[in-house]
Amino acid sequence: MTNLEKYNEAFTATFEIAEEQLKGLQYQDIDAWDSVGHMSLIAALEDTFDIMMDTDDIIDLNSYEKGKEILSKADYGVEF
Amino acid sequence: MTYDELLCISPYSLGKAEKERVLTERLTELTELHRRHCPEYARMLDSISFDAAGVHSYKDLPFLPVRLFKELELKSVPREEIVKTMTSSGTTGQAVSRIFLDKTTSSNQQKTMVKIVSAFTGSSRMPMIIIDCPGVVKNRAMFSARGAGILGFSIFGAKKIYALDDDMKLDVEALQAFLEKYKGQKILLFGFTFMIWQHFYKELLRLKEQGVTFDLSDGILIHGGGWKKLISEAVSHDEFHKRMKEACGLARIHDYYGMVEQTGCIYMECECGHLHASVFSDVITRRPLDFAECDIGEKGIIQVVSAIPESYPGHSLLTEDEGVILGEDDCPCGRKGKYFKIEGRLKNAEIRGCSDTYAAKF
Repeated sequence: MTNLEKYNEAFTATFEIAEEQLKGLQYQDIDAWDSVGHMSLIAALEDTFDIMMDTDDIIDLNSYEKGKEILSKADYGVEF
Repeated sequence: MTYDELLCISPYSLGKAEKERVLTERLTELTELHRRHCPEYARMLDSISFDAAGVHSYKDLPFLPVRLFKELELKSVPREEIVKTMTSSGTTGQAVSRIFLDKTTSSNQQKTMVKIVSAFTGSSRMPMIIIDCPGVVKNRAMFSARGAGILGFSIFGAKKIYALDDDMKLDVEALQAFLEKYKGQKILLFGFTFMIWQHFYKELLRLKEQGVTFDLSDGILIHGGGWKKLISEAVSHDEFHKRMKEACGLARIHDYYGMVEQTGCIYMECECGHLHASVFSDVITRRPLDFAECDIGEKGIIQVVSAIPESYPGHSLLTEDEGVILGEDDCPCGRKGKYFKIEGRLKNAEIRGCSDTYAAKF
């Protein structure tokens, strides 16, 4: 699986949504992505890419696109 | 002043005069904002002919009794912008407060809490043991204070387990496996005071008699929610610390004071055993007869102010707790701002607090 596929799967599996819903998806847009869902998503991303995210990045990750930007940072080094 | 600007200030870095200037500006703005957007709040201010021009300090701003949130739906944003409704903890049959959060306020609560807690634990995330049951965060539509507390602190947990099952029984095997896996690492423990005592400490003691021991000497315990029940069992603050250390080696223990009506702005206990106000909020003690501000060392009713709330008019509240300001800017721990202790609830006030309401069943 490519990193993008893994990234997408973390979202679709955590929130039980289809891949078509991911583009433009923001925190609190869907019921599943609430504060509880958010911590589940972070856990899924951390497990998938074997990383540990900073608290600031966890808070900043407020959309599907923003997450890619954060994970691409040198700290995590996930290439999409 | 925007809240983002405030968030750039280190939580315990401002002396009295500077903090007063910053808080007065922000809290006066919030008072005006809620007056414009919350009709009930506007009527209350009109009825006392409140005029912001007469405000020289945030201490001059009006405060609402905290129980008003049980009686009225107070919000300053349209219903469709509300993303989360939080409720206070209450014993069965008690009315609960309802606090309405929009995206901005909810996110500022989390950011603030991270700033405050990091000042005590460091910013790195740790393996985390939640001394509660997973069922508490299951009902997501209506968020209890207990669930909100657990969730708020969860951000510090890199890997998490719940130490109790949904019957509040200690999961001994899971705990052993977790401690083995993260041996030698700093571990964060979080829970509510009475649950820790009843379901964790007492169980550790029982297991110890059977020869099963746990080493939590690398742990940091953060707990809150009230002491009422422990005090009735004659367990003082010092006794709690002493017994936890004896039972499992846990030596770093921080109590905190906070309430769902001002989530985010928690008051953490420092190494000297004092609760501290950060730059994001403050406590003012008031005399019951005329609500004049108490002197340092004088017991009074606690008023809390928080610079966070934009979606509901809860930035200045009179609690039903009593406490004493012990000093300002001169705690031996080095943190600036007021430090204080809680003396308990006002007489005839309802029981509340995640720990105390749960304990009322025992």
